[in-house]
Amino acid sequence: MDMAENGTSVSIQELSLNFGAVSVLKTLNLDVAEGEFIVLLGPSGCGKSTLLNCVAGLLDISEGRIFIKGKNVTWEEPKDRGIGMVFQSYALYPQMTVEKNLSFGLRVAGLPKDEIAKRIARASEILQIEPLLQRKPAALSGGQRQRVAIGRALVRDVDVFLFDEPLSNLDAKLRSELRVEIKLLHRKLQNTMIYVTHDQIEAMTLADRIAVMKGGVIQQLDAPQTIYNRPVNRFVAGFLGSPAMNFIDGRLEKDKGDWHFTVEDVRIPLSTYAFEKEPVPGPAVFGIRPEHVAFNSGTGWPFTADATVEVVEPMGSDTLVWLKLGKQNFTVRVTSERTPRNADAVSIGFDPMRASLFDAQTGSRL
Amino acid sequence: MQRSWRHRFHLPAVIGTIPMILVAVGVFVIGIGFSLLWSFTSSKLFPSYDFVGLAQYRRLWADNRWLVSVNNIWFFGLMSIACNMVFGYLLAVFMDQRIRQEDLFRSIFLYPFAMSLIVTGLVWQWVLDPNLGLQAAMRNLGWSSFSFAPLVDANTAIYALVVAGIWQGSGVTMAILLAGLRGVDEEIWKAARVDGIPTWRTHVSIVAPMMKGAFATAFVLQCVGVVRVYDLVIAMTGGGPGIATSMPAVYVIQLITVRQNVGQGMAAATMMLVPVLVVLAFSGLVLWRRKRRQEAAT
Repeated sequence: MDMAENGTSVSIQELSLNFGAVSVLKTLNLDVAEGEFIVLLGPSGCGKSTLLNCVAGLLDISEGRIFIKGKNVTWEEPKDRGIGMVFQSYALYPQMTVEKNLSFGLRVAGLPKDEIAKRIARASEILQIEPLLQRKPAALSGGQRQRVAIGRALVRDVDVFLFDEPLSNLDAKLRSELRVEIKLLHRKLQNTMIYVTHDQIEAMTLADRIAVMKGGVIQQLDAPQTIYNRPVNRFVAGFLGSPAMNFIDGRLEKDKGDWHFTVEDVRIPLSTYAFEKEPVPGPAVFGIRPEHVAFNSGTGWPFTADATVEVVEPMGSDTLVWLKLGKQNFTVRVTSERTPRNADAVSIGFDPMRASLFDAQTGSRL
Repeated sequence: MQRSWRHRFHLPAVIGTIPMILVAVGVFVIGIGFSLLWSFTSSKLFPSYDFVGLAQYRRLWADNRWLVSVNNIWFFGLMSIACNMVFGYLLAVFMDQRIRQEDLFRSIFLYPFAMSLIVTGLVWQWVLDPNLGLQAAMRNLGWSSFSFAPLVDANTAIYALVVAGIWQGSGVTMAILLAGLRGVDEEIWKAARVDGIPTWRTHVSIVAPMMKGAFATAFVLQCVGVVRVYDLVIAMTGGGPGIATSMPAVYVIQLITVRQNVGQGMAAATMMLVPVLVVLAFSGLVLWRRKRRQEAAT
């Protein structure tokens, strides 16, 4: 997405947050383009929700500045920032009907009645909650409650939507349904959205760009496919993908001008691998995703090896096969038709072009 | 039949509750029965069975002392319950600000409730006694015209009782309401802030309605405390000056033990039971109707 053309909607500059001596967010920078869908992804405790709360103004930051629509809102109240927020627990006001939930903030702000009615009508039409308007939250299902919570952000008529793990309290089926609805909503409204989740599927499916966070630092900010295929470090590589990427500890060696990755007596040629920086011989970690490995029919692969099958897990659409490659554990994802049996000796092959190499010490991509 | 009886009443449970059942039947049911019975008799120092119909009730409602007592309990009840709720809620809000030493403050606020009213009442009496307490202390410090003796003035003694009642009861109210406040999801507060709802408005319109249960519990506890208020009055004023701070419970005990008029005392005690029965019947009705509505809904 071109920033200059679309303009920046949310800009976080040099943001730090400390709770006493504990540093939760460390000099963080993030620019979100107008209309962009950004997902903050990371394990619990990585600071993603904290960052969202800082953007919302629910937490006072220690250092740095936050701009929304070009306006410095670092010390503004949440209501004056032009944001709407959706929470994990829905946070609906339980004693009020859906309609009052939607209108309460507007009435307190002193908006004229017909304007409030117009906004509620629009929001409830978009979210299809018109039949629920006179009900109380207790009489709604989880999915309906979350829709009302989105509606409450919608009636505020804001530029930026903030979602704090909005689907985490729902069951798997509803989650995938609402995921699609949120995507449709984004397409319809074209608003800027910042979405916090620990669910990599939500992140991959929803985001224009994903910011993978760990320890209060953004590890990588990129389009989902880039993050998936070219993770900048071992943490990002391991966090995305299920089952996780296969990691093999070994050595990087140069032989007659060609680079190789060696572990025990296995030698993986790296002639097709695109190095990020000039490689140096020494310890390294080789990573390859389970779906990038195939049971080979003998031809065409730059690298093949023999392995033994340990466990086979049929998943319906495809099958996970847990292998032993020498002494290394190895996972392969194949289509169901090509499933080997337990304890079979098989031959596997992959193209190192699809692999990722990491520095053994720093974990950053080579 | 046999089977269902056993199914419903487990023997150990029945044995375990027998003492409680005996106490409940013996003290409450039989005791209340006899009170009612003797309230229709002309019993004096000892109970007799000389029935006089409603004569004791007529005499009771013609007795100025009883009328003052009834007036006092209304005033004391309304004032102390209202103030208790307000103070208790404010204290709970204060405690909910993640203050340091929360445990210490909670102990301090709850302490009055943990002590006997006889003790706290006595302490209040000393503090308010013109010859011992605040007034004497201020005069000894040199402010010789200082005058503060609410307990000896018939017009102000009841206020002193109210203040002592608030001091004694607001800690418990705070503890109950604090638990209720802590039960409110933090995200509700965040949502209200994003919606731009002022803090006081969030309390009034969103949080307080969510705490209905906690308020009801605190209210019932306060009501019970008011109806049976006796020791506080005895310790602080003894019902005086004159009859200015007499309360129904004080009146009943005095009639039975001092004025040796068991019949009229029992009539007064029965009158004290009436509001309790009314409240019980009302809450029973509300519960019954709610249950019926739920059954109708399912």
